[in-house]
Amino acid sequence: MVATTDWQKSAYIAGQAADARVNVELETEGMTLNLGPQHPATHGTLRIVVRLDGEQVVWAEPVCGYMHRGYEKLCEVRTYPQVTTLVNRIDWLGHFANEVPFILAAEDLMGIEAPPRAQWIRTIFFEMARIANITLFLGDMGVQLGAITPIFFAFRDREHVLNLMEAATGGRFHPNYDRIGGLKEDLPRGWVEEAKAAMKKMRGFCDEIEDLLMGNEIFQKRTRGIGVIPPAVGLEYGLSGANIRASGVDWDIRRDEPSPLVYDQCDWKVWTHPDGDSFARYWVRLQETREATKIVDQLLDSLPAGSIQAKVPRIIKVPAGESWVHTENPLGEMGYYVVSQGGLGPFRVKIRTPSFNNVSITPWLLRGVYVPDVITILASLYFILGDIDR
Amino acid sequence: MSSVADEDTTPSGGGGDGTGEVDAVRTGLLATLRGHLGDAVLESELAGGDLWVRIDRAAWARAADVLRNSMGMDYFCFLSGLDWMVNPDLSGEKVWDPDGGAAVEADDDEAAAEPTAPAEGGLRTGVAGGDSRFQVFARVFSVSAKVGITLKADLDERDPRVGSWVGVYRGADWHEREAWEMYGFDFEGHPGLRHMYLPGEFEGHPLRKDFPLLAREVKPWPGLVDVEAMPGEEAAPEDTEAAEGAES
Repeated sequence: MVATTDWQKSAYIAGQAADARVNVELETEGMTLNLGPQHPATHGTLRIVVRLDGEQVVWAEPVCGYMHRGYEKLCEVRTYPQVTTLVNRIDWLGHFANEVPFILAAEDLMGIEAPPRAQWIRTIFFEMARIANITLFLGDMGVQLGAITPIFFAFRDREHVLNLMEAATGGRFHPNYDRIGGLKEDLPRGWVEEAKAAMKKMRGFCDEIEDLLMGNEIFQKRTRGIGVIPPAVGLEYGLSGANIRASGVDWDIRRDEPSPLVYDQCDWKVWTHPDGDSFARYWVRLQETREATKIVDQLLDSLPAGSIQAKVPRIIKVPAGESWVHTENPLGEMGYYVVSQGGLGPFRVKIRTPSFNNVSITPWLLRGVYVPDVITILASLYFILGDIDR
Repeated sequence: MSSVADEDTTPSGGGGDGTGEVDAVRTGLLATLRGHLGDAVLESELAGGDLWVRIDRAAWARAADVLRNSMGMDYFCFLSGLDWMVNPDLSGEKVWDPDGGAAVEADDDEAAAEPTAPAEGGLRTGVAGGDSRFQVFARVFSVSAKVGITLKADLDERDPRVGSWVGVYRGADWHEREAWEMYGFDFEGHPGLRHMYLPGEFEGHPLRKDFPLLAREVKPWPGLVDVEAMPGEEAAPEDTEAAEGAES
């Protein structure tokens, strides 16, 4: 192999070092293995180069960029209402949740606030996006361990939520429903009742998945004590969301930060797990899905009447300023740093996505683990490739 | 800049819409940071329940150490760059003029809403000021105290170089690689700056304002259709720019 770029050189050097060590002990040769770009454990295309010593990883390096779409640059040449179309596609499984922080940042700069009904519906859809997103994780984790059934259950039951999304917004995956100052349109008739029925089904799904996997011996053996992230290391790498709560850090932006979203209007709980392993990450996400259905139920009960759109100018211009708004998205902390210079579109948008930080820990985390565990650890970190590359 | 470097003139009260108790926490943080870094804290702003601090670039790496080890900012949020260059070609695209003329937005009267006065060279830098084209900015957060700080530092335009944070926050590794790739910033002490997203032979720094958006070179901004007046309808008074753009 001709070492052409820096990372290839460092890969080569690390490989040589590993070989030297291995040869002394066992007279075996190291091996470089490419996981991906196409791999079923990843939602999208991510390549992970691992250097192996037998079955053990001595060095791992994720290679991103297969899905880089340059959204930060594109946002600079779009008007504010057009940006939601782009950001929908960052974390495509958590679709609606991507729109909200951007719109909140723009509203913050404009000094307007959406009416209560709009905030309620936003919060409901935000949690539905979370349910739709994490449902797939709950099923997918089983597939990585050789259990096929959970993924079928996940796809089956995710439809309940996606159908509700489609009924209200017209889009299953890219709702593009949030607007500066409110929402695109109000909920259709009968939607609230259907949503309640769907939430009941989703709670049933959680119970079912728990029965299927949690007590399973293979599942336990393959996830307990595997891929342990200590809280201090996780925070240093900027891990957020369920990944850091599974390491025992009790931090949830929904609860801890003042926000126009109405999480303070309902009774729910932030779950943490002290272990920090793959199992803990799975367990925390499962509990989160349950909590999300409870939040939706309570908000549906208390949904206020009224307008869904504040008064905004026809051509939206955002006053100059800078705003940082972050929310607790399905994958973790998602934030937009919006810089406006008073024009029709943003001057600069820094999109802080959870998966970028969550994956950046993998070189540290994968060192020393066995090849089959690489897959479960990656699956349990749960990242969406569009969310890494943007 | 020399005037803002004076400690007594720095505490700008901010927008005034933040709540009292949180702001007391943030004022305390700012005082601690000032105690550690001294004159390196150039300017700060406390507004809307958030804290921005602009520091000297020589103190950038030391600031990370202070934030993490002395101020409990254990969570690394992000690090990126800002390019304040005014680029009419790019910012005017929303009301694209096919002749490549002056952008409409650049010369209208919105500058009145500016929080800070434009620095020399026509730069309009943002919160907490700035006096160079490039800025590096980062955000850290304290999970226990639930407060965050956004830090900024001016970089030299010809030689954008700053200390690396990797030694303090390991998560800064990828963010600095991204800023290196997208803005061409050089992080001293980073273990291996290499491409994050783009192929190894890629030239240029795409997020700089003077880097052309190639899609627009091929096909001019198509969004103009959306803001044209309907046939037989007068353009609304607030669409003056749209109408101006639509003339051509």
